[in-house]
Amino acid sequence: MSINQQLREAIVRVLPEVDMVIGWGPGEDSLHQSPLFMKKPEDVDGFEAGSLSVHNTALYLPDLKGKKIGVVVKGCDSRSVGQLLAEKLIKRDELTIIGFPCRGVIDQDKVAKALADLTNGSIEPGEVRTADFTDEEVVVTAGFEGKEFRLARADVLADKCGRCEYPNAVISDIFVGEKIKTEAKDEYADLAAFEAMSLEERMAFWEKEMERCTRCYACRNACPLCVCRNHCIADSRDPQWLGQANGVREKLFFQIIHASHLAGRCTGCGECERACPVGIPVLLLKRCLSRGVEHLFFYKAGLDPEATPPLMTFEVEERRIKEREWK
Amino acid sequence: MAVFSNELRIVAFLCNWCSYGGADTAGVGRFAQSTDLRIVRVPCSGRINPLFIMKALTYGADGVLVSGCHPRDCHYAEGNFYARRRLETIKHLLPTLGIDPGRFEYTWVSASEGQQWQKVVNTFTGQIHALGPAPRLPESPGFENLLAECKAQGAVKTADDTEQTGGGA
Repeated sequence: MSINQQLREAIVRVLPEVDMVIGWGPGEDSLHQSPLFMKKPEDVDGFEAGSLSVHNTALYLPDLKGKKIGVVVKGCDSRSVGQLLAEKLIKRDELTIIGFPCRGVIDQDKVAKALADLTNGSIEPGEVRTADFTDEEVVVTAGFEGKEFRLARADVLADKCGRCEYPNAVISDIFVGEKIKTEAKDEYADLAAFEAMSLEERMAFWEKEMERCTRCYACRNACPLCVCRNHCIADSRDPQWLGQANGVREKLFFQIIHASHLAGRCTGCGECERACPVGIPVLLLKRCLSRGVEHLFFYKAGLDPEATPPLMTFEVEERRIKEREWK
Repeated sequence: MAVFSNELRIVAFLCNWCSYGGADTAGVGRFAQSTDLRIVRVPCSGRINPLFIMKALTYGADGVLVSGCHPRDCHYAEGNFYARRRLETIKHLLPTLGIDPGRFEYTWVSASEGQQWQKVVNTFTGQIHALGPAPRLPESPGFENLLAECKAQGAVKTADDTEQTGGGA
C-alpha cells in the first residue's frame, strides 16, 4: 500500500475525534497543490502528500486554537508545530499529528526557470499539463503538443530540502511509513557563500533585491510563527515603526522586523521565501539569526516542544557570551 | 580625548538606574568626553527592543551604544540578563545586512563608574570615527518627489498648475 493510501486511512481514522484534518489537496494545475481542510471522510479522497506539498500546515494552527485539529506534517512542518508548542501558542492535547517520511518538495520557481531555459522561454509554467515525480526525475509534459521534459529532481528540489536534517516528523502521534535515514547536516553553506561578499557588496545586494519588494507581506502571512496577525507592529500607526513611504529602507526594515521577531524561533521552513512573489531571498536574514542562536544558546527551534526558547530565558553565567573589555 | 571636527551620529540607550547615573557622575566629575553621543534614557536595559538599534542604524545613525547595569546588579533583578541575550543575538544580523558589527556595542556601567563611562564613550566614539560615516540606504521618496513624478507624467494637476497655464475652464 502506498504511503498516500496509508495516510488517507490514518486521516479517516482520526477524523471522528477531531474537527478537521489539515493536509494537501488538488491545486490550480498539475504543478501545484493547495492546503486541504478535511472535515468529512469523502474530503480525504483529494488528499495527497508528495513533492508538491510545499505548504507548511502548521500555519493554520494558532488561529484554530480551541478546536481539535489533526495535522499532517512534513519534517519541517513538525518543527514549526514543535516551536508553537514550546511557546505555548497551541495546545498539545488539541492536536493529532500525523507524520510521514518526506522526500523533499519541489521549488516551482526552479521548474519554471528550467522549462524556460530548455525552451528559450516559449513554455511558461502555466502550460504544464502533467507532472510526475520519481526519486531521480521530474517529468513534465507541457505546451500545446504536450511535449515531454525530464528534469533532474536534485535540480528542482527546494533549497531547504537539500540541507534537510529532519525529513521525518520530529513529533507525531501517528507515523505512517518507514523513517528516512539522512546524513545531511545543515552547515549554513548558503550563508557562507553570501558572506564571501564584502560588507559594501552585501548592502548593495539588499538594496537591489529590496527594490522589487511590493510590501505585500506575503512573507509574513505565510510564516507559521508570525502569530501577531492583525497586531503586527508593521501595520501599527501608534507606535509607528514603519511609515507608508515606499523606499528601500522601509522595505528592508520590514524584513529586519520579521527576522528579529523570529530570532530563536525560525525553523527554516522557507515559507517566507516561497511565498515571495518577486523572489527576494528573505530566508537568508532569518537563517543568519538562527545560526547565531544555535551558536550562542545551543538551541535549534522546534525540536523539543518542552524546551524554553532561548530568548524567553537566560543564564546568569552565559556559556558563549564573553564580556567585552573596554580599554 | 580626541575631539572630532566632523561629528557623527551615535545613539546611546542607557538604563535609568546605572548607566544614566554613571553618565551623570562623569558629568559631575567633569570627565571630558567626545560629543557625538545622543543619549536616550530607558527604564532598564531589558526595555530595549533590539529593533531600537536596528531602526537607528537603518535610518541614519553611525553607531549605537547600549549600556545597562552590570549583570547581577539590575534594579529589576533580571532585566539585563534578558537584554544580554537579545543584544548578543541581534549583533549577528548586522554583518548579513552589510552593516559593520563594530557600529553597535553594548556594555555595563554602574552609577558610580564615571570614569569607566568616559572610557566607554571615548573608546566607542573613536571606534565609530575609525569606521567613518555609515553607508546609507537611499532616502525614501517623499511626497514632494512623488508629486513631481506624477506631474511629469501628466497624471496629476494641482491648483497652481492650472493658474500658471492660464486657468481652467
